[in-house]
Amino acid sequence: MDRVLLKNRAAIPFDDLPKISYQAMGDIAIGCLCAGLRPVALFGVPEERPAGAVRIIALFADDVKGTLAVTSVHAERGATVPSLTPSIPAFHLFERQLWEEFGIVPQDHPWLKPVRYPHDGHTPRRVEEGYRYFAMNGEESHEVAVGPVHAGVIEPGHFRFLCDGERVNHLEIQLGYQHRGAERLFRTGPLAMKSVLAESVSGDAAVAHATAYAGLVEALGNSAIPRRAAVIRAIGLELERAGIHLGDLSALCNDIGYLPGTQLFAVMRTDIINTSLALCGSRFGRGLIAPGGVMHDIDEKKKERIASTVRRVRDNAGLLAASVFDNQNVLARFEKTGTVDTATARAIGLVGPAGRASGLPCDIRLTHPTDAYSDHPLIKTVLQNGEGKAAISGDVYARAFVRHQEIQDSLRYITELLGRLDAVQDGIAAPVERPRAGMVAFSITEGWRGETLHAAVTGDQGETLRYYIKDASFHNWFGLALAVRENGVSDFPLCNKSFNLSYCGFDL
Amino acid sequence: MVFRLLKARWRHGSQAVPDPIAAQVDPMFRGFPDIAKEGTLSSETVALCPGAALSVNPVAIDLGKCHLCGACSRAANSPIRLSSRHHLGQTKRDALIVTAGTSFEQYHARAEKGRAEIRRLFGRSLRLRSVSAAGCSACEMELNATTNANFDMLRYGIDIVASPRHADAVIVTGPVSANMADALEDTWSATPSPKLLILMGACAISGGLFAASPALDRRFLSDHTPDIYIPGCPPHPLTVVNAILNYLGRGI
Repeated sequence: MDRVLLKNRAAIPFDDLPKISYQAMGDIAIGCLCAGLRPVALFGVPEERPAGAVRIIALFADDVKGTLAVTSVHAERGATVPSLTPSIPAFHLFERQLWEEFGIVPQDHPWLKPVRYPHDGHTPRRVEEGYRYFAMNGEESHEVAVGPVHAGVIEPGHFRFLCDGERVNHLEIQLGYQHRGAERLFRTGPLAMKSVLAESVSGDAAVAHATAYAGLVEALGNSAIPRRAAVIRAIGLELERAGIHLGDLSALCNDIGYLPGTQLFAVMRTDIINTSLALCGSRFGRGLIAPGGVMHDIDEKKKERIASTVRRVRDNAGLLAASVFDNQNVLARFEKTGTVDTATARAIGLVGPAGRASGLPCDIRLTHPTDAYSDHPLIKTVLQNGEGKAAISGDVYARAFVRHQEIQDSLRYITELLGRLDAVQDGIAAPVERPRAGMVAFSITEGWRGETLHAAVTGDQGETLRYYIKDASFHNWFGLALAVRENGVSDFPLCNKSFNLSYCGFDL
Repeated sequence: MVFRLLKARWRHGSQAVPDPIAAQVDPMFRGFPDIAKEGTLSSETVALCPGAALSVNPVAIDLGKCHLCGACSRAANSPIRLSSRHHLGQTKRDALIVTAGTSFEQYHARAEKGRAEIRRLFGRSLRLRSVSAAGCSACEMELNATTNANFDMLRYGIDIVASPRHADAVIVTGPVSANMADALEDTWSATPSPKLLILMGACAISGGLFAASPALDRRFLSDHTPDIYIPGCPPHPLTVVNAILNYLGRGI
């Protein structure tokens, strides 16, 4: 056996992982790709014996069968391995991360540079330390440098546009400014007490990260959660999705100067997140999710509050969206701007709404469902617009339209879930067992931004040896870099907002 | 077509919070902690705090470290109850420490006004430059929300600007990662004097959950003295607006 098949949110003994060579793992990866599986994660775990040994764990998802394939590679710190990136571009960041963390050099990697400039890596510690940006020569070529501090109130990152006149030839995205050492902090103290930290991995996807984290703790302890808690978790996730999508539609309208859209989508977002505040005390769903279940029940009063908000926003957002997506001035800016075609999206491993807008059928809620999503499947209208034409053109229009459809789907699904609450009266929290010793576990949640993975390896005492997080932004930042090619510099904000990626979720 | 848009607009009416100074927030909001006067804290309760904000003797919560998660208030026999009072801004670091028996009114009275020159210059027009120094985006979204149609901080002449050259104050979010330390210092030195330094959120004030992380570099905060502290994780937009208005002498 060169691989083990798992379900989402499963744990297996670390020693049961197959051990193969990096080359053989590459062959599996290529085989997986041919069979329609996609790479989800590749990360190293320091081994205690012998000193300097690293176990590299590779995870692939089969979106048709709903399984995860796992394998592992034994390597030494500072070793050289044949790079897989030339054949599978989606590996480019994974291999850069292995190099940064463990000094494992992927030979013939096309663009080996650090990922997030950690304080304890094998690479330079400061973002600007001796790095030579990708450069383009030519009489009319010039560069536009933006950041790390941006003009708006957003997180920091550095963008360097290589331009020919107004046309962008390439965008280099330099991140790492947000690196806080988050993964390391999960390793200190009891793992079951890290809910607040999980919510802070990316504060705009607090419920998604908290759910992935809680699912991981439950998998490690082999604990189940009450069905009522599962329903409430899904309501939290869908409120978060609808709230952010409304905010992003507002921001997209703002970037093209369509002010009715800007203001009205924004007030609907406020309506949704204020309902989240009434549910759990936080406009971002903080404090809702904890290992074992949820911290806040939905009583009749809250149920009515959520139901009325959902009804109101669904109607009003539909009405406004009909105006927005019918407007020629809006369409002139959205259509054919920032296109990522299906083949490119698949090659770089795009996930979430951005992947779906490029025609990839990736949605963990449908392909690897857990909790309420497996008991009560979500039926989506996404990828089909009003005229029956698929919104998979991969441009800003598709990404905006997918958001609009997901808002409608999420709000309808919340209504369905509220109707199920009375039937599930088994409490909102169950006791959580301590993480079992010597295990490896994976927990994937479909956050609003896409696939959100938390994984952990436990030691002899059940302590956390490695905590690994992969936000949807990890793959999608490169999608943004490719989207702006051949577009005008001034369309960058529009492209950027249509992805709305996380800096801190990437930098960790 | 235009009628459909007008209908969409008409349905929303006016969404502005009529009076952001007097407005209350939802009773579910976790705000100012009331600590019973004779209460004691067990070591189990202290261990529940993710931000190490609790102290036993005397019993106290440091709101500069508190994430308002409510774990301490849910513990058995805890003397702590989180109210929904959201006016939490302060002007001195020590004033963020709430001891047993401190009433909200006493806490609020500790917040000082800016000196006369500051109130004269900025009282009716204040421009903020935001620097996210490893903020998780929650504080950033709430700071953005202060200018939306609901909270509309612009009605008081307070706005957020794109350049430090146009700013009267720098508002910092996040625990200040080593990789952002230089950019933060550069932004501060590019802002003309007189200028205010505002810290928003537990991370900016104390490092928060990340205080012990070796990936931070908080020297900027030992070199410069903040004028306004806005606690929370993240602070509510009304907490932000009122902390600033209070400093400008325009609050309650």
